[in-house]
Amino acid sequence: MKVGRRTFLQMGAAGTAALAVAPRGASAVGGVETPGEGERSVLVDTTVCVGCRACEAACAEANSLPDPVPDAEAYATRRLTGPSSFTVVNQIDKPSGEKRYVKRQCMHCVEPACASACPVRAIDKEATGPVAYHGDRCMGCRYCMVACPWSMPKYQYAKAIPLVRKCTFCAPRQAEGKKPGCVSVCPSGALNFGLRGEMLEEARRRVFGNIGRYTQHIYGEHEAGGTNWLYITDIPFERLGFEVRVNDNSYPKLVKGALGVPPVVMTLWPPLLMGMYAFSHRGEKKNGNKGGANGGHHG
Amino acid sequence: MDSAASAPAQTTWVQEKIFLRMTLKEYLKSLWTPFNIVAAAILCVGLPLLVFRFYAGLGAVTNLSQTQPWGLWIGFDMMTGIALAAGGFTIGATVEIFGLEDYHPIERPAILTGFLGYVIAIVGLIADLGKPWNMVGIFSQNGTQSVLFEVAWCVLCYTSVLALEFAVPFFEWLGWQRFYRPLKKILLALTVLSVMFSTMHQSALGSLFIIAPGRLHPLWYSESMFFFFFVSAVIAGISMVIVESAISHKVFSSQFEGHHFDADALTLGLGKAGAVVMFAYFFLKLQGVIDNHALEYIGQGFYGRWWLVEMLGFILLPSVMYAWGARNKRADVVRVAGVIGVTGIVLNRLNISLIAFNWNQPVRYVPSWMEISVSLALVTLGVLSFRWIVNRMPVLHELDESSQASH
Repeated sequence: MKVGRRTFLQMGAAGTAALAVAPRGASAVGGVETPGEGERSVLVDTTVCVGCRACEAACAEANSLPDPVPDAEAYATRRLTGPSSFTVVNQIDKPSGEKRYVKRQCMHCVEPACASACPVRAIDKEATGPVAYHGDRCMGCRYCMVACPWSMPKYQYAKAIPLVRKCTFCAPRQAEGKKPGCVSVCPSGALNFGLRGEMLEEARRRVFGNIGRYTQHIYGEHEAGGTNWLYITDIPFERLGFEVRVNDNSYPKLVKGALGVPPVVMTLWPPLLMGMYAFSHRGEKKNGNKGGANGGHHG
Repeated sequence: MDSAASAPAQTTWVQEKIFLRMTLKEYLKSLWTPFNIVAAAILCVGLPLLVFRFYAGLGAVTNLSQTQPWGLWIGFDMMTGIALAAGGFTIGATVEIFGLEDYHPIERPAILTGFLGYVIAIVGLIADLGKPWNMVGIFSQNGTQSVLFEVAWCVLCYTSVLALEFAVPFFEWLGWQRFYRPLKKILLALTVLSVMFSTMHQSALGSLFIIAPGRLHPLWYSESMFFFFFVSAVIAGISMVIVESAISHKVFSSQFEGHHFDADALTLGLGKAGAVVMFAYFFLKLQGVIDNHALEYIGQGFYGRWWLVEMLGFILLPSVMYAWGARNKRADVVRVAGVIGVTGIVLNRLNISLIAFNWNQPVRYVPSWMEISVSLALVTLGVLSFRWIVNRMPVLHELDESSQASH
């Protein structure tokens, strides 16, 4: 997908500080190119999360959202993000009786399906990582919601003039050099903020360096072509509520073949159809009668 | 139902063109029919709801949710409306490009149906959009990564082409030769454009779902969906024209006086074409399932059986009926197959956009009565417009140029 790269170039031209981060495409581990390794990323280690939900409160404050629900309600059911709650923490009981907590929000894909789906580019990928939304361009078609494998874009159905709402990765805070709201308040070290290449390194070090302590999978390393929010845990990801049906390859690339149809059709159809016309109307001039034996042609 | 009463000696332009040569009083009286009363009732419920939706938001009128962002207005009005309106380009190409002049009498009604179908689909789409005025963004934002961008552009272009094609009978009705003469001359060019745009967006409507592999049931999902959608649009076009000519012949029989053509022969010919395309479509769909490694889902659970219903009952069965009817010269069998074929395309579009979509989610979407009322009102509006137009403009019969000249 070119959205990211294109925006990256545009931003480069605008002289954004974004260019200061590592250039894209540079090799990371043993010459293997990691997608989006220069983008800002968060590694979530669910084994150290204490479930204090300070991230939820910080998110509400940073994005001027209503206060999160009280603790008693919060862990009663498995909650989903909504148009006025960009992040939620859910609690999962381990068989041992221990608790695990998982914070969910937009995954900020390296190649976001939602941004590629938007016909008016109201969702755009920023070079530094955030998948940003521009409400002034949005026409409310909700195709982003169809496209997102995690159903993260949420819609203000109750409003006459609605917006799509989701985690912004605190792009404005990041532009000022600050960490996202949630990361800045995390007391337990569950949320680690850095470049995607570094966060992946750290995740690999923890997961594969401590066999038996972690589930041998980094969720977000390959899902949907790679996401900027990476998760590691010690229980099956399905139990944490993660979608396991998500493809490992880039979603925007899925429609590449289909989007190759228009140029072919536009180039080949007119001459082909005119050829058919000429073929089906051959011999009419000779007869001197345009309609031929078939009766009057009205053209 | 709108049959012309005996015309007074002097008729005004309005009486001549609008009131079917009746006085205002006679005309209003002629509107008092059971059909019209039912239609008026549907519109009285649906149209206010359409206005209310813009005042109160989508949530107040629809059952859409965060997991089900597209409902009946997209699945039925848009996906199905556009597929069923495919007769316009199918018959247009048959007559203008392939030179099968026998089908000429059904070209204009097919184009009119296409035009009205697209206009209604667009109205339904506008109702569904949160901020429809931002649609202008497709001109300035270059969202070329998006399949919806392609759909938007092609639907826009093709509706314009249909409007130009329909402008011929429209200006003939008004008697403005200066306008319809040149349009008639470029009809071939318009037909080429209509086939081009239709190929692109009929297929792109299928491509819309390629980006949602986890959400659409594996039996329906295929990366070749764009091809299936195009082929099934041709089936929809053919079947719709068969059904529509049958209805038109019954309802508007007075229109055909002095313009005889062999309706049965045309129906049989269309049935033959329908049989071939449908048969191919059946195996294409099967190929898609094999490609998707989804054979194991066939017959398994509700969706596995439901898929078989669509494949056997609404593709294979009408295909065989088309073939049998065309071979044994049974136009009635072909017409019944046409009805099944149209239903099958409606079913396919609803399956992909609503029924088999989100198949693995615990909460199912069922449209609200208000969504259904609005969709019903839009369809009614289409039927009424069709009737209003064919009763006045030269659609079911072509204008006799020599008599027009004497006006």
